[in-house]
Amino acid sequence: MWNDLFVSILALIILILVPLVGVGLLGLDYLFGIVIPYLAFTIFIGGLIYRMIYWAKSPQPFKITTTCGQQKSLPWIKHSRLEAPASTWEVGLRMFFEVFLFRSLFRNLRADLVGKRLVYGSAKWLWLGAILFHLGFFIIIIRHLRFFVHPVPDFITLLDEIDGFFQLTVPTLYVSDILILLGLVFLLLRRLVDAKVNYISYASDYFPLLLIIAIVVSGILMRIFTKVDLYAVKELAYGLVTFKPVLPKAEIGVIFYVHLFLVSSLAVYFPFSKLVHMIGIFFSPTRNLPNDNRMVRHVNPWDYPVKYRTYCEWQEEFRDVLEEAGIPIDDDWCKETQKKA
Amino acid sequence: MSKLPKPEELIKDVELHKTPVQHWMDTKVEFKPGKFLFAVDPQVMEDLGRPHLGKWQPYEEKWPLPEDWKERILKAIRQRMERFRSFKLFMDICVRCGACADKCHFFLGTGDPKNMPVLRAELIRSIIKGEFSFFGKLFGRFAGARPLTEDVIKEWYYYFYQCTECRRCSVFCPYGIDTAEVTIIMREILHELGIAVDWTMKPVRFSHFIGNHIGLQPHTIKENIEYLLSDIAEITGINIEVPINRKGAEVLFVTPSADFFAEPGIYTFMGYVLLFHHIGLDYTISTYASEGGNFGYFNTLEFAKKLHSKIYEEAKRLKVKWILGGECGHMWRVWHQYHNTWFGPFDYLEVPKSPITGTVFEHAKSHKVVHICEFTADLIAHGKLKLDPSRNDHLIVTFHDSCNTSRAMGIFEEPRFILRHVCNNFVEMPENTIREKTFCCGSGSGVNADEYMEIRMRGGFPRANAVEYVHKTYGVNTLACICAIDRATLSALMRYWVPSVEVAGLHELVGNALIMEGEKERTTDLRYRPLKGYEEGQ
Repeated sequence: MWNDLFVSILALIILILVPLVGVGLLGLDYLFGIVIPYLAFTIFIGGLIYRMIYWAKSPQPFKITTTCGQQKSLPWIKHSRLEAPASTWEVGLRMFFEVFLFRSLFRNLRADLVGKRLVYGSAKWLWLGAILFHLGFFIIIIRHLRFFVHPVPDFITLLDEIDGFFQLTVPTLYVSDILILLGLVFLLLRRLVDAKVNYISYASDYFPLLLIIAIVVSGILMRIFTKVDLYAVKELAYGLVTFKPVLPKAEIGVIFYVHLFLVSSLAVYFPFSKLVHMIGIFFSPTRNLPNDNRMVRHVNPWDYPVKYRTYCEWQEEFRDVLEEAGIPIDDDWCKETQKKA
Repeated sequence: MSKLPKPEELIKDVELHKTPVQHWMDTKVEFKPGKFLFAVDPQVMEDLGRPHLGKWQPYEEKWPLPEDWKERILKAIRQRMERFRSFKLFMDICVRCGACADKCHFFLGTGDPKNMPVLRAELIRSIIKGEFSFFGKLFGRFAGARPLTEDVIKEWYYYFYQCTECRRCSVFCPYGIDTAEVTIIMREILHELGIAVDWTMKPVRFSHFIGNHIGLQPHTIKENIEYLLSDIAEITGINIEVPINRKGAEVLFVTPSADFFAEPGIYTFMGYVLLFHHIGLDYTISTYASEGGNFGYFNTLEFAKKLHSKIYEEAKRLKVKWILGGECGHMWRVWHQYHNTWFGPFDYLEVPKSPITGTVFEHAKSHKVVHICEFTADLIAHGKLKLDPSRNDHLIVTFHDSCNTSRAMGIFEEPRFILRHVCNNFVEMPENTIREKTFCCGSGSGVNADEYMEIRMRGGFPRANAVEYVHKTYGVNTLACICAIDRATLSALMRYWVPSVEVAGLHELVGNALIMEGEKERTTDLRYRPLKGYEEGQ
């Protein structure tokens, strides 16, 4: 819905204006460079821990694995280990494919009604967009570690070099930046163009996409166009992670503070929004439980006894017809169970 | 009952790529004939000691909700969140990517956006945000939040009975969000006010007081079975006895009660008993635990547990070693995913072992219940059955994977293995409509009421469409399945969409193919249809 998009854009504009005013006009470098990032990081970690405890507090009463392949049954029937895992190891494998390769999303189909016939086609675009975005995000986060550690480990330098291999611009524009933008723009356009997805989209769906796009764009801008002082950035970042925060003497530039403030906003927003799916996927009972229900008993901590109609109550009611039909009567059982009761 | 439009008219209004202009929170439910289920008769709830709203129907403008309805609903939601991690988590992690949107058979058959699984879950997700979350209250619609009103209750009644708990969406969801779980819980929450469906609650009462969903008394079951046995005698020349409530049998056989009395389930039952006679199985059926199908599961989990408790008292009383379960979809969902938790540990039973082949069913070692298809497939694999698949040559068969046995159990190969051995003409439907991607019959989870026919035929459209395809392409005339609800509902669905296709239980085909010792030459199948080569005039 358009309202939702406009509200999200408005929210984003405010988030960009805040550091522009705060740092650019009022010179609140300390607030935006040190206090807010610390606060945001604390809320991020605290929020995620809270969220995990909140989920974990509720038990999973039943083992409700979604089986997408052959169960483990008779030894000569080929068991689908990935789609109907029966052991912890197989569950681990299934989860790995879900978390890192979005296996379920890869199955996606598109249904069309052609005349009176339903046809299904492959629909991997959503998967591709999602992979580009998430993988790009992941690489970018790893790459950013070089600001927080000293000396920079070889693998990060190597990743940096591979990511910047094409040297499209000077300084180089990273491949991961292009991929993540492609992914994000695709996901955003899809929300606007696909009628069904558009219909279910709230501002809270547009906002995180726009926010992350803004983060990426501000990152690219300060690297390629405004060319912020990377040594100053590292000085600040390193100070933050070593808990000896200092504002660098050199001028970093307000665009950096915009970037940092947007990242801080994302961190604060994260635990209280749909973005918690990052952690939630690990808790998902249809994916993280083995389909071994008949092999291993699953215990429900709040299970309670339920009154049912016992055999003896039933036999009493139907004694006449049972006798007439020649169906055996079992008074011994009733005596036995009454004695126990 | 309203008049059902003709098949070519029914889905004319379906648009899969267009959505209404109005925000979904502003569209109100309309209860039109053919598109809603009748409310429960208050006497039924009275008899079962449950709350109810008295006599009312959903189309009434003002529902007779109790004064404290809102508090009761909110309390029920909170309690379910505390009890079910699944529910709590699914309310939090959906990103509305829309991968599920066109996976639901009800969406494909109605085009109603609220039948997209994501939006079905939003019907409750929006309330949890709107009533419990500070940010939800603050940002309202922009955060997908709205307040709880009487219209929301109506909407829930309409759409949570327009989900058949088939779990197709959960296959495609990147987080495995299972709408069935949401629907199960939402139906429970509606029950807290006494809002329920007559068609699913009357069977609960029958199952509870009498033992099976249609209310067959023990002597009637026996009479029905004897009637089927006389048909078997006429067709095969073999006299069979079916042990009833016999103590000390090795195996307790439990199947949905529809197999005792309703076409085409009765033919499946004939197949079972022919098989058991063929191998000399030491078994019994029970008239006390005479219902495998669990209508409680369509209402509340407590009812589900209540009804199936009987199976285990009966297993104890009859001192059987293990339990064999017949063909049924949701029955097996409950058996496979809930029984072991509810009724275990089963120290009074033994690890199931086929007395004929000696196979130990290791995968059922804790629960001690075996699926008839696992049992029969093992028999065939060991060459213990004498089969003449040509006796099914008058049939061209395709196989419908039932939702529950597919996506909540994973039994795909056993029935296909059996099919390939008992008939010569077996073709698959298109690959995106079978196995884990199979489509619901459109009437599962207890919505197969007559007054709901339009929705049922729409919901069953994707399944019927795939059958129609193999019917036209390969001349398929038989839709085999392993589910009692399927046998009832697919029959209605086929009559409407693909009239020349009949529905058969898998073991009916087994029964046709079994060469019984001392049998006479068979000229008809178990339905008295002439076998190939025995048609009139030949």
